[in-house]
Amino acid sequence: MRRHALKSALLRPQFAALAAVLFINWLLFPGFFSITWQDGRFFGSLIDVLNRGAPVAILAIGVTAVIATKGVDLSVGAVMAISGAVAAVMVSTGTPAAIAIPVALLAGLLCGFWNGLLVTYLDIQPIIATLVLMVAGRGLAQLITEGSIVTFSDPLLSYIGTGAFLGLPMPVVIAFVLMCLATVAVRRTALGLLIEAVGVNRSAARFAGISSRVLLLLVYSFAGFCAAVAGLIVAGDIRGADANNAGLWLELDAILAVVLGGTSLLGGRFSIPMSVMGALIIQAMNTGILISGFSPQFNLVVKSGVIILILVLQSPQAGQWISRRFPPLAPPPKRSAK
Amino acid sequence: MNRALRPLLATTAIFLLAYVAAVLQYPSMLSTRVLGNFLTDNAFLGIAAVGMTFVILSGGIDLSVGAVIGFSTVLIATLIMWAGLHPLMAFAITLVTAACFGAVMGAAIHYLKVPSFIVTLAGMFLARGGASVLSPDSIGIKHDLYTSISRSYVLLPGGGRLTVIAMIMLAVFALGIVLAHRTRFGSYVYALGGNETSAALMGVPVARTTILVYTLSSTLAGLAGIVFSLYTSAGYSLSALGVELDAIAAVVIGGTLLTGGYGFVAGTFIGVMLQGLVQTYIVFDGTLSSWWTKIVIGGLLFLFILLQRLVFSAAAPQKAGFGSRKKAFRKS
Repeated sequence: MRRHALKSALLRPQFAALAAVLFINWLLFPGFFSITWQDGRFFGSLIDVLNRGAPVAILAIGVTAVIATKGVDLSVGAVMAISGAVAAVMVSTGTPAAIAIPVALLAGLLCGFWNGLLVTYLDIQPIIATLVLMVAGRGLAQLITEGSIVTFSDPLLSYIGTGAFLGLPMPVVIAFVLMCLATVAVRRTALGLLIEAVGVNRSAARFAGISSRVLLLLVYSFAGFCAAVAGLIVAGDIRGADANNAGLWLELDAILAVVLGGTSLLGGRFSIPMSVMGALIIQAMNTGILISGFSPQFNLVVKSGVIILILVLQSPQAGQWISRRFPPLAPPPKRSAK
Repeated sequence: MNRALRPLLATTAIFLLAYVAAVLQYPSMLSTRVLGNFLTDNAFLGIAAVGMTFVILSGGIDLSVGAVIGFSTVLIATLIMWAGLHPLMAFAITLVTAACFGAVMGAAIHYLKVPSFIVTLAGMFLARGGASVLSPDSIGIKHDLYTSISRSYVLLPGGGRLTVIAMIMLAVFALGIVLAHRTRFGSYVYALGGNETSAALMGVPVARTTILVYTLSSTLAGLAGIVFSLYTSAGYSLSALGVELDAIAAVVIGGTLLTGGYGFVAGTFIGVMLQGLVQTYIVFDGTLSSWWTKIVIGGLLFLFILLQRLVFSAAAPQKAGFGSRKKAFRKS
């Protein structure tokens, strides 16, 4: 059963897409796959894709859970700015990083909790509830940094953004650990099933005895927490907090990663590792455009082209057309519901 | 009827209270000069917000308006300065391009059954990317028509100036009000936002209405781009960044229900004016930093969403849950 699941996972279009993008990158830049060992860590374009893709991947982990409940979180970019600002301001005023980091994570958690409150207790549409924080959040971050870019030289905080563990960049390690923990939490317990139940039909889930409000609060808080982690990575990377630009438009990249990963925007079907895969596809495209010498402006055009392609492929019409043209040889693999 | 008008009245009352409070502190804010600048500075936002009102009334959302404004300014600038076309010709080409863009998005939303939010997100990337591929740098526009338009205005009593672009915005709002409340298309939009299935069963042409709504929104965004290029005399791919959020905020503050099917175009006008008031107040104060604008607008957004919830759950005595808002609307 496990092996079958792994095989069907490897046959997914996301792997083919990532392989295709990497192959094109290799054609454009023959040294793309070369990885060297230097100063106790790996270097290479492939490692760079992983490293640069880590913040979006971490955001995507949280946003996947939110989208699985038929919601959406537009505020993650602003929450990144807030957590980065909190950590940078605390560290630059002399607070040890061991305290500043948990406080910054707590700030992100609170932001997510606020979103969850609006969605559950005030029953506001998720896109609008999180829009409030998206608009106001960046203002709050600027309030914390008092409008300037706060720089710091704390070794622990910059280690999160630029350090290496077992030869791999720290952001990659953090993203990987977070992905594994989240996947185990949703697939080895009933949590994933409950999230899907709420996503498919919230009223039905409530009648079935699921306390959907607690679950939604948990999911939005988790998304805020993930955003705070990504914010710390970005702040550690540049050794400073830029309230204006940290995480700008990354909420859209995160949602795109989730959609690329095959999670349904209508709720109920989700996969956290696939969303991380989506984030890597986006980053591989970004890197490819950069190393091929095109101006970065083409990035947006290519990105929109990919979204349109995915939307067409995922639409019910295309599904009908494909199943008419290519009738399935074997019954589609059932998703294991434990 | 009285109950249906309540959010609009609340918005108007809050705007008047805020304005009176601002005038008490800075008496010079009560002048036609300030009011004229209100209209001129927010003309492009107002025009885009009218289109957004229709989209939200139909139960959708359009995230591409800011990008379409940016794209339009660049397209106009390249057509006038590089291709040597007359500005009026450039305006016509821009409006047609924007309309086609919106129609394609509307068709994708209807026929591919994809949430409007994700289709217009793709549209936003495409328009911004297209604009920066056309020209990554800001292009200044120099033409006799531009100088003559920016110099012409109607002098209001008290020294205020009603500029051409302010008049365009007021005209768009007037047309929007007529279109929403006095035409068949308007009632189709309301029906679609109330409940798509019932609308289809009642014989509303769902496909045509959806496509037209997004066409209207993009065309108005194109017009807002024209106004923006007149306002700044330049075309820049990153202009009007984040205007879609300001437009959504204006619509919500104006009392339009985000689930669709209920709201007023006139409310959006007050929403735009309220945002202009916040900005002007911060300029008058001088000690507050510009980021306070974002916090105050975020706070206002929250306040009005809360207000809508309270008004509509007061109208529906049963337990709030899915669909209760629509039931509440039917009763009122």
